[in-house]
Amino acid sequence: MSKVPSTLKLGLLRGQMEIIQFSRQKEAVVFTIFFPVILLVIFGSVFKDTIAPGVTFSQYFVAGMIASGLVNTGFQNIAINIPLERDMGAIKRLRGTPLPITSYFIGKAISVLVTMMVQVLILLVIGAAFFGLNMPTEPSKWLTFTWLLVLGTASSTALGVAFSSVPKNGRGAAAIVSPVVIILQFFSGVFFVFTQLPGWMQQFAAIFPLKWLTQGMRSVFLPDSFAAQEVAQSWESGRTALILFVWLIAGLFLAVKTFRWENK
Amino acid sequence: MKVIEVKGLTKSYGDFTAVAGIDLAIEAGEIFALLGPNGAGKTTSVEILAGFREADGGSISVLGFNPATKGDAGRSWRNRIGVVLQTASDAGSFKVREIVKHFSTFYANPRDVDQVIEAVGLTAKRNSLVLELSGGQRRRLDVALGIIGNPELLFLDEPTTGFDPEARRAFWSLIRDLKAGGTTILLTTHYLDEAEELADRVAVINAGKIIEVSTPAILGGRSTAKATVSWMSPTGIQIEESDNPTSVVAKLAAKFDGEIPELTITRPSLEDIYLKMIGGQDE
Repeated sequence: MSKVPSTLKLGLLRGQMEIIQFSRQKEAVVFTIFFPVILLVIFGSVFKDTIAPGVTFSQYFVAGMIASGLVNTGFQNIAINIPLERDMGAIKRLRGTPLPITSYFIGKAISVLVTMMVQVLILLVIGAAFFGLNMPTEPSKWLTFTWLLVLGTASSTALGVAFSSVPKNGRGAAAIVSPVVIILQFFSGVFFVFTQLPGWMQQFAAIFPLKWLTQGMRSVFLPDSFAAQEVAQSWESGRTALILFVWLIAGLFLAVKTFRWENK
Repeated sequence: MKVIEVKGLTKSYGDFTAVAGIDLAIEAGEIFALLGPNGAGKTTSVEILAGFREADGGSISVLGFNPATKGDAGRSWRNRIGVVLQTASDAGSFKVREIVKHFSTFYANPRDVDQVIEAVGLTAKRNSLVLELSGGQRRRLDVALGIIGNPELLFLDEPTTGFDPEARRAFWSLIRDLKAGGTTILLTTHYLDEAEELADRVAVINAGKIIEVSTPAILGGRSTAKATVSWMSPTGIQIEESDNPTSVVAKLAAKFDGEIPELTITRPSLEDIYLKMIGGQDE
């Protein structure tokens, strides 16, 4: 008898199916991909101030929107969709097959990564065309961007799967998940300049990944001179990587420990 | 060869005893029906045997493994079984062929995708979105996804609930074809005619206990049950229960010297016996 296919191969096939499924849900596509763009247009049009020499709020905001896109597409979408999938019997059906659960998780992560790449592309094009966003030219910045995207996707997906065990069912999921994300966005320097927030808010936000993702994205899209304006007067790339990695491990651990195939 | 062997299986949810110690022995190649009313413990039993839930007690062997402790054997074990659980509403935004093809990639030796779609009668719908299917078509898709891996053992949990009579007949013929191909099938149903039509053996289950295991023809002593002869005598309706109704009729024919008024001879239907069996448990 030939062997069952590898976990990785099945993960890639799951990713393909997740993307097909997502692309056919028009409302979800519009909401996930265009909502950040709409926010960019609104905020970029309202706040035209310069927040530091050569840095406009729009530029600051694009960096924040890319970072929070990772949290919306990964954490929020997954934590809302898994309870819905449970309600519909999708996960129970998969559990009755030889598909490894890891492949299911890989599929989710691939779908998040692909969605993010489309979203980032649109944000960058609009940001550059209308809001004075400067594309970095140094390869090292793009390297930073790449690892932020990959590590951000992985940790956001893992935490989304972990948090999907909190809602009892699909109906209540959005009401439980969305406030978590919105509060983090306000606290983490997406809608406001982080250093202008109250100290306790900054300290609270510093526990969670979004603050580090926004700061990381600023290190990519803002001039290096702006690093002096950050809380630590530096981009803190090493610390960002470390904190995202710790959250990734914690997310994976919780995801595997708490994953359920049907609602309680 | 025993495909499923269960002894003393128990499962409770809090104070509620769903399965109160059942024994089963299912042979390779047979269609075995678990027949019982809603809440009898059918689904819980199947979900334990198919590895979805852990039993509280008892010994279980399914294709040589305990589904709860199969460990590393999990994937190769799952590769040999097919599961069709109760109603699901997933996969709406996939096309029929797309989702069947996708599920085929999970298995080592899947069946041909188009042949399976043909077998469940969905060829004309193969490029339709799943959410456009009728209830009966959706159920047949469930079966397609359950058999695409070419399983040795297939679990079917109430496969025809909500079908119209024509769809049920078509479904039954599909199940017979699977049996002809050598698949062992454990089926749960609360439809008596379904068990009678399909099953080689039936276990009647109620309140978590198996009341009887037998072939549909002799279930509940049906073949040997006394016949009831009734007729109208000058003093009113008379009833006599007998193992030899013919001799009763002969005796009556002599007595009435010709036509016996309002003569009927009945044997209990399978339904009478079944209702008596499950009704008796409630008392």
